[in-house]
Amino acid sequence: MYQIKLPFQMMYRDWRAGELNVLLLALIIAVSGMVTVGFFAERVELALARESNQLLGADLLLISSKPIPEQFAEEANQLNLKISWLTKFPSMISNGEGNLLTQIKAVTEGYPLRGRVHLSKRSPGGSVSQPQLQTANGIPPRGTIWIDEKVMTQLELQRGDIVDVGAAQLTVTELIAREPDHSVGFINMGARAMINADDLEATGLIQEGSRASYQMLIAGEIDSVKQFRDWAKKRLANYQRLEGIRDARPEIKAALQRAEKFLSLTALASVVLAAAAIALAVRRFTQRHLDGCAVMRSLGASQNQLLFLYLVYFIGFGLIASGIGCLIGFGAQQALTHWLTDIVETDLPWPSGLPVLQGLLIGLVLLLGFALPPVLNLRSVPALRVLRRDVGLSNFHSIAGYLLGLVALSLLFIWKAQDLKLGLYVVIGFAAAIVIFGCLGWLLIGILASIRHQAGGAWRYGLASIRRRSVSSILQAVALGLGLMALLILTLIQDDLVKDWHASLPPEAPNHFLVNIQADQLQPLQEFFQHHAMEQPAMAPMVRGRLVQINGKKVSTKNYSDDLHAERHIRREFNLSWTSELSLDNQIVQGAWWQGDNIEPELSIEEGIAATIRVKLGDVLTFDIAGSHFTAKITSIRKVDWDTFRVNFFVLVPPGLLENYSASYITSFYVPPSDLAVIHDLVRAFPNILVVDVALVIRQVQQMIQQVSQAIEFVFVFTVLAGFAVLYAAIAATQDERIQEAAIFRALGAKREQLSRAWAAEFAILGGLAGLFASAGATAMGFAIGKHILHLEYTFNPWIWVVGISTGVIGVLIAGLLGTRSALSTPPLLTLRKLG
Amino acid sequence: MSIDNQSKQLVLRTDALTKQVTTGEQQLTILHDINLQIMSGDAVAIIGASGSGKSTLLGLLAGLDLPTSGKVHLNSVDIFALDEDDRAALRGKIMGFVFQSFQLLPALTALENVMLPLELARTPDAETPAKRLLERVGLGQRLNHYPKQLSGGEQQRVAIARAFATNPRLLLADEPTGNLDSANGTQIIELMFELNREHGTTLVLVTHDEALSRRCSRQIRLVDGRLIH
Repeated sequence: MYQIKLPFQMMYRDWRAGELNVLLLALIIAVSGMVTVGFFAERVELALARESNQLLGADLLLISSKPIPEQFAEEANQLNLKISWLTKFPSMISNGEGNLLTQIKAVTEGYPLRGRVHLSKRSPGGSVSQPQLQTANGIPPRGTIWIDEKVMTQLELQRGDIVDVGAAQLTVTELIAREPDHSVGFINMGARAMINADDLEATGLIQEGSRASYQMLIAGEIDSVKQFRDWAKKRLANYQRLEGIRDARPEIKAALQRAEKFLSLTALASVVLAAAAIALAVRRFTQRHLDGCAVMRSLGASQNQLLFLYLVYFIGFGLIASGIGCLIGFGAQQALTHWLTDIVETDLPWPSGLPVLQGLLIGLVLLLGFALPPVLNLRSVPALRVLRRDVGLSNFHSIAGYLLGLVALSLLFIWKAQDLKLGLYVVIGFAAAIVIFGCLGWLLIGILASIRHQAGGAWRYGLASIRRRSVSSILQAVALGLGLMALLILTLIQDDLVKDWHASLPPEAPNHFLVNIQADQLQPLQEFFQHHAMEQPAMAPMVRGRLVQINGKKVSTKNYSDDLHAERHIRREFNLSWTSELSLDNQIVQGAWWQGDNIEPELSIEEGIAATIRVKLGDVLTFDIAGSHFTAKITSIRKVDWDTFRVNFFVLVPPGLLENYSASYITSFYVPPSDLAVIHDLVRAFPNILVVDVALVIRQVQQMIQQVSQAIEFVFVFTVLAGFAVLYAAIAATQDERIQEAAIFRALGAKREQLSRAWAAEFAILGGLAGLFASAGATAMGFAIGKHILHLEYTFNPWIWVVGISTGVIGVLIAGLLGTRSALSTPPLLTLRKLG
Repeated sequence: MSIDNQSKQLVLRTDALTKQVTTGEQQLTILHDINLQIMSGDAVAIIGASGSGKSTLLGLLAGLDLPTSGKVHLNSVDIFALDEDDRAALRGKIMGFVFQSFQLLPALTALENVMLPLELARTPDAETPAKRLLERVGLGQRLNHYPKQLSGGEQQRVAIARAFATNPRLLLADEPTGNLDSANGTQIIELMFELNREHGTTLVLVTHDEALSRRCSRQIRLVDGRLIH
């Protein structure tokens, strides 16, 4: 017990004497920055997932072509999950005069578990431009049917009319404006109606072998949903599948992942900065504790005793500082959340405790990584130092400390980045930067020092100081350079990222898709757009074909029985299109795009689907298109930017190959919310065309971009704070030496002004070096990360050099002069007497 | 070499203690074949000009440094046959130190500085004896002052209190008055000898101070690293 008490007593005494300020500050900033981002990212992710889940109507769907066995519901109940059932099937609706093939959704109480069904209060024929929406309260009561615009228009129905659905007669009571549905895509987009599941039996439509899709909707606590997902995954039959939002909407997934990557990059940058501050602070700590350890050794402390003392001391200190960091981080993210909620009107869900654990771990890893070797080496301080002050420690352990610290930091990076490639890029980038900065610093300081005789008074002295403290100076310049580099990289990438998002999803991004346009409708449709003074959207042709052979071998779903996702693609039809031009949101990653006249049939495939169905460049695919076979070789693999919401295809072929097959066309365009009447007119004029409204999804992604942009700015504050910590640590690192220097100089008759001018010159040179390093590093790493990790069009910015160098000079100069004020004001006698 | 009193025990003995250092290409002998014996209760002053090897000898007697050849026996234990940790333990048990530059830890108060050796020796109540000693050296009112808030003389008194905290059998002092004015120096000398008597400690000190060396029962003079009897 007593052994444990001593290290804490020592820590308390050091803290009271201000010995731990820099270390404490650096650790708190690192941990609070990471924890804030951790909490916040988690909450945003949860909120986005939950909001996105409104599109699904649930957190998770279990979809089956046969009735779903009870065991799934039992398991969900055990996990306290909410469930609801839905049966979807096509059927004729008739009003006695006409029939319409309609997608009918029979729902049970509770539907939808996430999101709402919006009902239109408009009466038929009323104004479409400003539909009054109302949230549905519950589901259609027994004996009633809710229909959509299409059914209402086609069958000319009114509220109160009675329709036949199979053997049942149901009363039309509501007009559905919008409903959650996972298949808001290119299929099942015909006329839609919703009935109560209790009426299902009366319709007599669902029998053994009916073409129905059975869905179980699941919602609840994230962990429970995950648990259910894992449990259910193992028990799925081949006609069943699970679907969450990430499976359903690639564009949300892509934007979300990029946002997450950037946020964690921002937090990591503050960790790099804090690590630099910690490394500097530990150096000062060990130097200031050399005497104390020598005294303790002379007083009889054994090496093991000192080892234990400092081990417990630092672990305890790490936990306390990280704990404070966690508290601050939690408070900060609460403030951030509060602030953002005002902007985006989103209620963020409560986070888990995981970021706190991560925060504590990060604090300990950083501190122990950088501090342990040099601090534990304190135990080897020769006791003789009490008699001879020139006896010290070798630099070996300091270097070992930096190495261990860097290894710890690298592992932390790779872990936190949750992306090996990003982690490696940053780690290698920073490691290379340290080596290059170090060598360059050494070289530049050598050159500058050799020409110092030609410089004026203050500059000459400044250069002499830098050279005399060359190891310290190089360390300071490298640490400051790294810090500034991290800040510059973030500024560069943040700017590009936000710009790129806005560019890929401008306010007028397409929000409506038209599917199933027939060739003979192209002309009338063009006239329709002309008539409504709308821009002509580009029409993409589309032929549907099932993949039947790969390299001449028959393709069977059995080949993919281990991968439900792949199996689904094989079972479904692919949409094939042709074009001569590669659109901007497509990028060839392997092979080459076709040019000129093609001799043999070729095709280009999207990289994700190629991986899923396990095909590669050079493979020959055969599609069954309406009974005849079309065979082509894969000559290119494309990466598609799904978050642009433009029409894109998994499979593209050059013009001239598919024109003989019956094709339909597809297009996307933007309709302002005030012009929704156009869509109504369009549905009337072209009843066969499916209109897909993605406005909701677009709004969500746009909102998310806004949210994340704001969050990035907030988190950036931590990075800047960490930058100040580095500055503070760098200045404090030479504080003791400066106090002594000032005392001697002033005793020799130097004026305060002379000394401060010489120091100003030294700080300006140091800041300039750091700025130079930072600008060069930021340019190189910004390019690499932007291009290879975040996939941005990186723009070279020459201003970075101006900003980098001037920030370095001005920042270090101001901080340096402020930090050395006390050194100048300490009476020389006091210092000299202390030196003995 | 003299044995004043046969009833006294031999505390410290050196055998042909030699220390050489290499500076550049030159080998410098700082101490030549030092043989001396110190009995319990002795007060021995090591005197000599600057650079004569006084502090080096003190460092070797305390086991703070290693000799090139020769031995130091402390209570019949060959201290250089021990490893550094065992030497540290021996120091903690039977030695106290007073340094020219006081060597107080700046982050610790006067009381905490005196408590430190007791805490290192895991004494359950370090505070009571530390307080008593500080009162004894006249600093009862300044327990919670930091070294920088104390004058040079006061700092040295804290250092003396610390040296006596573990009740050492041997007190080694390196120029204890070197950083003090004569009035303060005299007070410190008085204090050290009083405590020496009270605790029955053996005292070995290195000094330039004639007044101080005269107060000792024996003077050992070093000239160019050799002992002059």
